Formats: sequence, C-alpha cells, structure tokens
Amino acid sequence: MSQIFPKSANAAVRSSLFAVLTLVLFLGWVGFTLMRSSWLTKQSEYVEQPIQFSHAHHVGGIGLDCRYCHTSVEKSSFAGIPPTKTCINCHSQIWATAPILEPVRASFRDDTPMKWKRVTDLPDFVYFNHQIHVKQGVGCATCHGPVDKMPLITQATSMQMEWCLACHREPEKFLRPRAEVFNMAYEAPANQIELGLRLKKEYNVAGIEHMTSCSVCHR
Amino acid sequence: MGRWTAALGVLLLTAAGCRQDMHDAPRYDPLEASDLFTNGSSVRPLVPGTVPRGQLNDDAFLHTGKGPDGLPVTAFPFAITHVELDRGQDRYNVYCAPCHGRTGEGNGMVVQRGYRQAQSMHIDRLKLAPVGYFYDVITNGFGVMPDYRTQIPVEDRWKIVAYVRALQLSRTATTADMPADALARLLKGEPAAKAPVEIHR
Repeated sequence: MSQIFPKSANAAVRSSLFAVLTLVLFLGWVGFTLMRSSWLTKQSEYVEQPIQFSHAHHVGGIGLDCRYCHTSVEKSSFAGIPPTKTCINCHSQIWATAPILEPVRASFRDDTPMKWKRVTDLPDFVYFNHQIHVKQGVGCATCHGPVDKMPLITQATSMQMEWCLACHREPEKFLRPRAEVFNMAYEAPANQIELGLRLKKEYNVAGIEHMTSCSVCHR
Repeated sequence: MGRWTAALGVLLLTAAGCRQDMHDAPRYDPLEASDLFTNGSSVRPLVPGTVPRGQLNDDAFLHTGKGPDGLPVTAFPFAITHVELDRGQDRYNVYCAPCHGRTGEGNGMVVQRGYRQAQSMHIDRLKLAPVGYFYDVITNGFGVMPDYRTQIPVEDRWKIVAYVRALQLSRTATTADMPADALARLLKGEPAAKAPVEIHR
C-alpha cells in the first residue's frame, strides 16, 4: 500500500500549528484593538445636532460658567440639559433673527423641546452621579476635556471601565480644589500627587477597596 | 476564500453588536425623547395645581420677598454670615456676572456682545432699594432681564442679594465700617483674612 501523505506533509502540519497560533493571537489583537478604538467608544466623534451649538463660543468666548446652563450638576446625578428658556435668556436679543437659531425660537414658540443628541452616554448598567464627583474635586475638564475649546462638542475620553478605574484607583492623580472644579483654565500643579493626597483626605474620598468595588458603579 | 471573508465579517459584526444589548435598557434616561407624547418628551409636566409634599411655599417672606402690605421686605429671611455671602458671590458670578459684570457695573460680556445695557448695582436707586426688591427681580425678571426662578433656588437668590449689597458697600465703605481686627491688619499692611470658603453645599 502506498503512502497517503507525501513526506512534505510533515512540514505542512508543523507550519499549520504555527499558523493557527498566529491566527488566534492575531484575532485576539484585532478584538482588543477594536474594543479600544474610537469606532466603538465614539471618542472624538462629532454628533449631528439640531443646531451647531458651540461650547467654544459660549464658554471660551463669553466666559459663561458651566452651571449657568447645566444647573443640576452640583445636586443631581444628571448635569442637566438647559430648557430652551435658558437659550432665550440671551437670544431674545442677541442674534434674535439669525436663521441658524430658528429651531430654538420655534422650540420656545411651540413649547416643544429641542431634540439635542446625547454625546456622552454611559451604558445603562452603569450608575454615574455628577454630584459626588463635583463635590470631591473632579474637574469638569478632567472627564469632558477642554470644552471651552470645542466648537462642536465631542466625547473627550473613552469612557470605558478601565478609564473610570484609572481614577478610582488613584484619585490623587486627578483631584483639584473644589473652587477650581468649574475652572476651564485650571492646570494641575507640579506637586499634583501631594495636593491630590491632601484633598483626598480633606474631602473624605473613600479608600480603594470601596472605590473599586463592583457595586459602586454597578448597582 | 469568499466564504471565509464572509464568515470573518459576520464574526466581527457580531462581536461589535453584542455590546449594545444592555447598554440601552428599555427605560428612559433623564430628558430622553419619547414618541409617546405629542411634544416628543418623556418628561411630563406637573398637573396644574400639583403641590409636591413639602413645597407648598406658603412662606411669603421667603418666597416672594414681599411683606403683608405687598411691598418689598427690608430684611433677609435668614441670617447672613460669611458662609452665605461666599455662596452668594459664587452664584452671582455664575448667573449674574454674564450681564451685570463681576463688579456689578452692568458691563458683563453678554452686554458687550449686544444685549441691552444691564443695570449698574451702584446707582442711587438700587443702593436705596430694599433687599426684597432684588429678590423679586431675580425671581420675576425686570424689563428685558429674564426671570431666574428655574435656574437659581430660593435660598441662593437671597444669598446673591446679600452679595449685591456687599458689592454696593465696597464702593463707598470707609475704614470706619471695618471690624477692628480687619482694620488693624490693613494698617499694618497685611492681607485681609480669608474667610473659610465652602462653595458647594
């Protein structure tokens, strides 16, 4: 009986073992890269809004404080999207006839809410509370980026769990004095770690056991 | 070959798609849109006449700034200490300074960009106006100034009024108005003592 496989089949078998291993590693790499890519995290992605609202103009140019519009950020889990009335506070007189602002005027006239698209949207199985973060000295810009320089708003960070945990594990790297939370021009001092550790103690920030416990965010 | 490419494509699409299942639970996020109601909002306004428990707001002094005679009150409904004043300064800078300016001269950035001239806090009429008057203006607006009742809670409005009083005083205060210890520091050329600042409550 003749041999079914030629002698060269040995080499093919050996190399196929290597190829399978390479393929598995490659697919793993593709998976991990995809999971962290902005394609999935939506980081830095523009979202089409009913009006091209510019935070750069309102915050950077006019100097409005975040809380002028996002009134509930200090006392609620939700920072709050301003009602159309807040826009009309100024735009009843400024750019009052500008065509670009017609959707705002129509919304005010007809008592129909503006349909702003959500830019930063955490998964529904994550409990996030703005109030506690503001109170513990996490600056707006720490998570939302330099909003005062964003003509169109984008999600500034990945908002993935590893990103949350980076701060929950070592809050001292990011904390700032409460009075500076809404200051968009704030820059971390050279002795950030020293300051952060002091603030952590002063503001009674919980220890790592609590801060990295599942039920802090998944409740 | 085509079959393998297709299989890989399906695998990738599945991997990408499966993360969305529990990301968007079948419930409304705050202010999420809904096609259930005609104005497209999932948030429902209160039925007219509804009084949430504990929010009857029947303390006319606190909530309207007017006395039984309908005239603006001349006193604050609660004690004003440095803590209230600091809170007032913080809120003034957020909600009032855009038009009235940080010093109260009515030259805020929004005015500089074309809004009707905001009133200066340093004119005689406003220096003589009772505190209840300022509270009423914040609550109901005045002239082209919109009302701020939804943006600023009741207590904060009073604290802002207290800070406006401080701004007014700052223009005409003399050393005779200063507490003895503050005056002593001033005469020695030392900086003013910083009050304990608690901005968020």
